[in-house]
Amino acid sequence: MEDPLRIGASFIDYVLVAVYFAVVLLIGLAARRRISDSLDFFLAGRSLPAWITGLAFISANLGAVEIIGMSANGAQYGMPTMHYYWIGAVPAMLFLGVVMMPFYYGSKVRSVPEFMLRRFGTGAHLVNALSFALAQVLIAGINLFLLASVVNSLLGWPLWVALVLAAAIVLSYITLGGLSAAIYNEVLQFFVIVAALLPLTLIGLHRVGGVNGLIDKVTNAPGGGAEQLNSWPGNELAGFGSSFLSVLGIVFGLGFVLSFGYWTTNFVEVQRAMATNSMSAARSTPIIGSFPKMFIPFVVVIPGMIAGVLVAETASLKAGGDGSGTTYNDAILLLIRDVLPNGLLGVALAGLLAAFMAGMAANVSAFNTVFSFDLWQRYVKKDRPDDYYLKVGRWATVGATVLAIGTAFIASGYSNLMTYLQTLFGFFNAPLFATFILGMFWKRMTATAGWVGLVSGTAAAVTVWGLNEGGVYNLPGQGAAFVAAGAAFVVDVVVSVLVSKATAPKPVAELAGLVYSETPKEQRTDPAASRLPWFRSPVKLAGISLVLVVALNVVFR
Amino acid sequence: MSDSPESRPSAVPRRAGVSDVRNVIGALIGFYGVVLVVMGVAADSAEDRAKTGDVNANLWAGLAMLVFGVLFVLWAWLRPVIVEPDETEPAEDSPM
Repeated sequence: MEDPLRIGASFIDYVLVAVYFAVVLLIGLAARRRISDSLDFFLAGRSLPAWITGLAFISANLGAVEIIGMSANGAQYGMPTMHYYWIGAVPAMLFLGVVMMPFYYGSKVRSVPEFMLRRFGTGAHLVNALSFALAQVLIAGINLFLLASVVNSLLGWPLWVALVLAAAIVLSYITLGGLSAAIYNEVLQFFVIVAALLPLTLIGLHRVGGVNGLIDKVTNAPGGGAEQLNSWPGNELAGFGSSFLSVLGIVFGLGFVLSFGYWTTNFVEVQRAMATNSMSAARSTPIIGSFPKMFIPFVVVIPGMIAGVLVAETASLKAGGDGSGTTYNDAILLLIRDVLPNGLLGVALAGLLAAFMAGMAANVSAFNTVFSFDLWQRYVKKDRPDDYYLKVGRWATVGATVLAIGTAFIASGYSNLMTYLQTLFGFFNAPLFATFILGMFWKRMTATAGWVGLVSGTAAAVTVWGLNEGGVYNLPGQGAAFVAAGAAFVVDVVVSVLVSKATAPKPVAELAGLVYSETPKEQRTDPAASRLPWFRSPVKLAGISLVLVVALNVVFR
Repeated sequence: MSDSPESRPSAVPRRAGVSDVRNVIGALIGFYGVVLVVMGVAADSAEDRAKTGDVNANLWAGLAMLVFGVLFVLWAWLRPVIVEPDETEPAEDSPM
């Protein structure tokens, strides 16, 4: 039997993919050798305008999970998926730029584990480092699984062979220094992905008869319906029967806890902004990134919706059939198979492979940093020479890749990966965000409260998830993840407050730069900010972005 | 960029050249554009037309990418990033 996922790639498609990777490897090699030109390379990078760092900022996140997960969501639920962008990401990015960034930049705290260590001491640091390492391995598994599914569609190899091959490719990509030039590759990758997704969307729309054709078809499709064309109230997405609860779940669970938690405490993202040369530029980075971010769903979610009515397998899945062994995660790959001719197919494959590989490489290297420095050096073997920890880091990379092959099988069990991913975020990011915000704005919070809050928040999220899995109640959509995140946040805050009341706080003198009220204003403001023209002023840009995103919410309500 | 570090005059600011990310983006997308245009002209088959709904997708997407690539290279060429010899002070004359 012919595998339904098999994509008919031709020689020319492989050439286009190969050229992309050749360019990436050259960038990596130049970065690695640090010859004179490559030094300029990074200098030129530093003096590039903020819109480039803004693009790198969203590109670091526009990986496999986003492209596959959001299009799967689009195919399954339709327009309510837009909430991930217009209620989730964009407001959170603006909050990061306007409120959090001056504090990050001014206090010189470079990462979340570092903040935890200085604010709360070893307990919270150890919990945070362990949960972060675990989350990275689990998420790397998702990326690896997706990468393997592309290899599988291309070559038709069984999943486990494709997994091992994909893992080997990522390992060599990291070893060859692909990450040293991360920001460069991310900007490049952004354009290749758009070059792949924009034609896909336009041709797909053309095939279904334009926007009106898509509206007609989604309304009348089995498993579709008019509610999939409106973003609110999103009952199907959240899995609540009641519209009020659904809106509450989306705004508080998805919008506030999950998205704010993700965007403000994810140090891979925050570091993109820290690489700029002034506080205004750092603040502008997420704000500028929010402009392209709010339009990305049009080339990610819409193709998913098109696949839901155009691709035979996905349409059968929507109608309640078995989809010939495919899942919603395959929606965009199937659409690529059905509408892109050889040539454009190669561009699309290059874009997808690039995104998946970069995503996994980022997870693996984040894991290896935290493992070798935050865990191994601090808690296992102290005071060894530098190259000892480099060696540990190298083994951690190999170990993480092998573990990711295991976690990829967990990921392969979910028919909609976004559900799985949001569940993970609920476990790890939501309590972190609660502890972080509380610790940042409330000087009374104590060291014990730091780690107890984190542990109980995660426990609350796991409990909510377990009850849903165990069938005590049943939320079919992503509602369980939203509720778990909300519970984690609330439990974390309540427990932290109670524990703080019972234990002794840190002396106020040790909190400068760590707690908002104890940080001098000069540390938090940019002296040059008032001289900038309006289009470089972070707050004014954020205002424009906010107006636009509210307009999008209203237009597509 | 063939000059070695030794032969380069150390006090003269110069263009970032090939290492300007806009040139890399322009070259890659422009190259894709050329390949797609050639595919669109030379290898446009009935099977492809059936996939795209009777549009020469390679040709049009290729042309768009070509224009985009040229614009990026032009932009980098007209408003270059100047690399100061002193590596702690990146150029202020950035395009924007």
